[in-house]
Amino acid sequence: MKDLGQKVLKGDIRAASRVIRNLEDQIPNTHVAIQEIFSQTGNAHVVGITGAPGAGKSTLTDEIIRAYRSKGKTVGVLAVDPTSPFTGGALLGDRIRMLRHAEDKDVFVRSMATRGAMGGISKAVGEAIHVMDVLDKDKIIVETCGVGQQEVEIINHAHTVIVVLVPGMGDEIQALKAGLMEIADIFVINKADRDGAGKLYKETLNMVNMSKDSGGWKIPVLMIESVLEPKKFAGSVDILCDKIDEHYRYLVDHNLLTERMRRKTKAEMNEALWATILQPILKELESSGEMEQMLDRLLKRETDPYSLAQQVAKRYMKD
Amino acid sequence: MADRRIRILLAKPGLDGHDRGARVLARCFRDAGFEVIYTGCHQTPEQIAAVAIQEDVDLVGLSCLSGAHKYLFPAVCSLMKEQGADDVIVIGGGIIPEQDMQGLYDAGLKALFTPGATLESIVDWINNNVTPKE
Amino acid sequence: MFTKELLDQSSQMRKKWEDEVKKIIAKNADQKDNWTTVSDLEIKRIYGPEDIKDMDFEKDIAYPGQFPYLRGNQATGYRGKYWTFRMFSGMGTAVETNKRWHLLLQTGQTGLSTAFDFPTLMGYDTDSPKAKGECGKCGVAIDTIDDFRDLIKGIPLDKISTSMTINPPATALWAMYCASAEQQGIPLSKIAGTIQNDMLKEFIAQKTLMCPPEASVKLISDTIEFGTHHVPKWNTVSISGYHIREAGATAVQELAFTLRDGMEYVEDVIRRKGLHVDQFAPRLSFFFNSHIDFFEEIAKLRAARRIWAKAMRERYNSEDPRSWWMRFHTQTAGCSLTAQQPYNNVVRTATEALAAVLGGTQSLHTNSLDEVLCLPSDHAVQIALRTQQLIAEETGVVNTIDPLAGSYFVEALTNEMEEKAWEYIHKIDDMGGMVAAIEKGFPQMEISDAAYKFQQQIDAQEKIMIGVNKYVIEDEKIDIPFLEIDDAVEEEQLQRLAATKRKRDGRKVAECLNDLAAACQKGENVMPYCIEAVKNYATVQEICDVYRDVYGEYRDPGIY
Repeated sequence: MKDLGQKVLKGDIRAASRVIRNLEDQIPNTHVAIQEIFSQTGNAHVVGITGAPGAGKSTLTDEIIRAYRSKGKTVGVLAVDPTSPFTGGALLGDRIRMLRHAEDKDVFVRSMATRGAMGGISKAVGEAIHVMDVLDKDKIIVETCGVGQQEVEIINHAHTVIVVLVPGMGDEIQALKAGLMEIADIFVINKADRDGAGKLYKETLNMVNMSKDSGGWKIPVLMIESVLEPKKFAGSVDILCDKIDEHYRYLVDHNLLTERMRRKTKAEMNEALWATILQPILKELESSGEMEQMLDRLLKRETDPYSLAQQVAKRYMKD
Repeated sequence: MADRRIRILLAKPGLDGHDRGARVLARCFRDAGFEVIYTGCHQTPEQIAAVAIQEDVDLVGLSCLSGAHKYLFPAVCSLMKEQGADDVIVIGGGIIPEQDMQGLYDAGLKALFTPGATLESIVDWINNNVTPKE
Repeated sequence: MFTKELLDQSSQMRKKWEDEVKKIIAKNADQKDNWTTVSDLEIKRIYGPEDIKDMDFEKDIAYPGQFPYLRGNQATGYRGKYWTFRMFSGMGTAVETNKRWHLLLQTGQTGLSTAFDFPTLMGYDTDSPKAKGECGKCGVAIDTIDDFRDLIKGIPLDKISTSMTINPPATALWAMYCASAEQQGIPLSKIAGTIQNDMLKEFIAQKTLMCPPEASVKLISDTIEFGTHHVPKWNTVSISGYHIREAGATAVQELAFTLRDGMEYVEDVIRRKGLHVDQFAPRLSFFFNSHIDFFEEIAKLRAARRIWAKAMRERYNSEDPRSWWMRFHTQTAGCSLTAQQPYNNVVRTATEALAAVLGGTQSLHTNSLDEVLCLPSDHAVQIALRTQQLIAEETGVVNTIDPLAGSYFVEALTNEMEEKAWEYIHKIDDMGGMVAAIEKGFPQMEISDAAYKFQQQIDAQEKIMIGVNKYVIEDEKIDIPFLEIDDAVEEEQLQRLAATKRKRDGRKVAECLNDLAAACQKGENVMPYCIEAVKNYATVQEICDVYRDVYGEYRDPGIY
């Protein structure tokens, strides 16, 4: 594991992918690799892209890669898709839209399955961002699988969050109300050639204007042209990238960068504490059968969860 | 709790656009509990090898029905080898005449599935022959 | 359609029959519970007058040559002319293919059909890095008009019609055909044939892709316009369902998506070129699959005729009966054939061919028994062609027109397929048309789902393929002769291409390509420019690169 960490520091793509694999599969001791690299992270600009399925996020990501590559930036992408709750397998279908960059050594795309994580971002994704960071990627794009209105987790991992809306999806306003407003730094109206684009644009703009925060970052609403008109599409994505960079500069200038990452770092700290302290206890309780016994007692209403937890705590926290 | 999932890259090298088999397999693999990356038609061997490495897959499945497998399949194998990834298992499917098979095995393919193969037989083969490395 | 007395009588007799059935199956259950077509349409144990009682004889059935043409477009049927025996073929070099063409003509085929290799299909030359390993493997390699001349050597272009299965590069190949004819002194008004040239089904199923949908449809309407004015005997589009079916669609999906594609082209040409529907619609043609479920296919083809006739007259206000005729070519289903026990394929192809004939096809290709494994050998292709000739000359099915009309079952099934097809058509209308539906991934997903379901049914033996999941021969030794395309063909073709490039006037070629590019930019019809370019030895790829450059390359959204 330490070896892998070292290889990642040297820029080995396959090793990096393997570390991410170990994170996904929750292989024990993967944290050792993370320990090797953590101090080198924190340099990349992390951009989250979220939105409902069918919003065209992957095609957009593909063009954003193109735009950044033309500016000489290196790019990493984590493309997240849902794991089937029935079979545990997954069709990781974002990569197919980004194939023109496959041989570009400065672009690293990694498809990931949610493995059941709610909110579209698993713990593995959060740590995979660190791996990408260490590979010297200027921009890391995290594209989440769009489970509708539970997209908010991305805010804990990205400096800049782009919410992609598409006309004709029916429930845009619901989405806006349900919390996406809280996390968006940039709104994108994708497939702007479709019917209803103008209306959606106006509605989104109204939402933005009505929201809190006077002064501070003014959330832009951008229209992206149809991918079937390549030149127009490219032009509108160039403008989007400019906005993304503008937001990053805004965060830097107002010392908000670390502030944004504070949330994530706290979450990571909690995760680490959980993994180091609570998880082994849970594992022990499962394997010794004590968990099942406790559940049986609870079902019979012999006691309550807190009393049981206090008993367990007394055992493990000797002092 | 470790939850090692088999990761598979399903790809169609060359110009052949007959993707019915590959699309059916993509769904089948998802239903079998694998994580599948399907990169569609019209991929070059170079693209396939690059994706296989970035995605750290355990298995690459190549499909070709145009008769160009004799050049394309070995090309993928040798590119994987060049990049130090010949531990990745490569299998193939499509219209592959019997007389071409030994050449493909010699080039590094581990299994070939031709018309009539059941989905179950392919999934079984993968479960029995593919173990994700540590 | 029936008198009350008859229906009452039938009802009584049916009740008696139902009771009898109940008695029998109480003791001997049916072999299985589900009796469906290969596309999962449920079929009843019996059909009677009740099942078609609401049909109107004049509006729904009529006679051949009468609206809605259910029973055929022509009053005389096959007595006037058999369907064209048109075998799809192409292999290796143009010289090889020309040999096979002459063999087929000698064996009695009556129309030509061209299979190109993948580089040509995709608009690449043999010397493109993308073409490595693919030259001539599944069809003929054509790079320049030099190859084309070899292809058609000794073929009287004014006496025989030629079909070319080519899509994005269709303008280039058709230009070569036209230029070759002109150079032989044959006026364009005399040449007859078809170019497949149907990009919508490429996005849905066949996947030989080049430019985005809007540009693709523009090029297609250019060919329709050019044909309307200059090449009147040419079918400039063969709106295809064959490939949609091969990709895994059901019969109803094949029917609906194909006809809706046709409607999309009609609407586009009217809107873009300002032509009246009757100026070009008579030259639209179709191409269907003939799959293994005998009656489903016959019903499908009959339903197709009726749907198209109605659509043309009612949706597009066409007034010319020739626009109402749905004319089609059929190919027996490649995906129904097996690699195991290949001689069984002769039987499959024969029943599929028979279905196509009973469905009234204008033109037919029959697959060879070895095509699951390789390109057809001389012997295998002879059997396939004889199959058609046998049906025409020995079976007697051509004696009378649309023999299955009036069959309770066939008419009921035809009605059912039409109804279900219209549901899909209206659904696509609501999505904003076929181009919009493709963008949303609708037909692609329907097909993927159907294909997956079918494979699961095969694996579970709910559907049978003999040799594959029933009556399997363990450790079967397949010993039919194998036609292989020599890898040396690629080297040979590379040299020919190099030689042509050396002898041509490079400056003139560049000029022609620039003119073509300018025409594209200005929205002019590209055909005259293509013809000029190919005469000067521009290659297929050079012409296609102009399109790629001007219109951009299509980015497959990867919906599967």
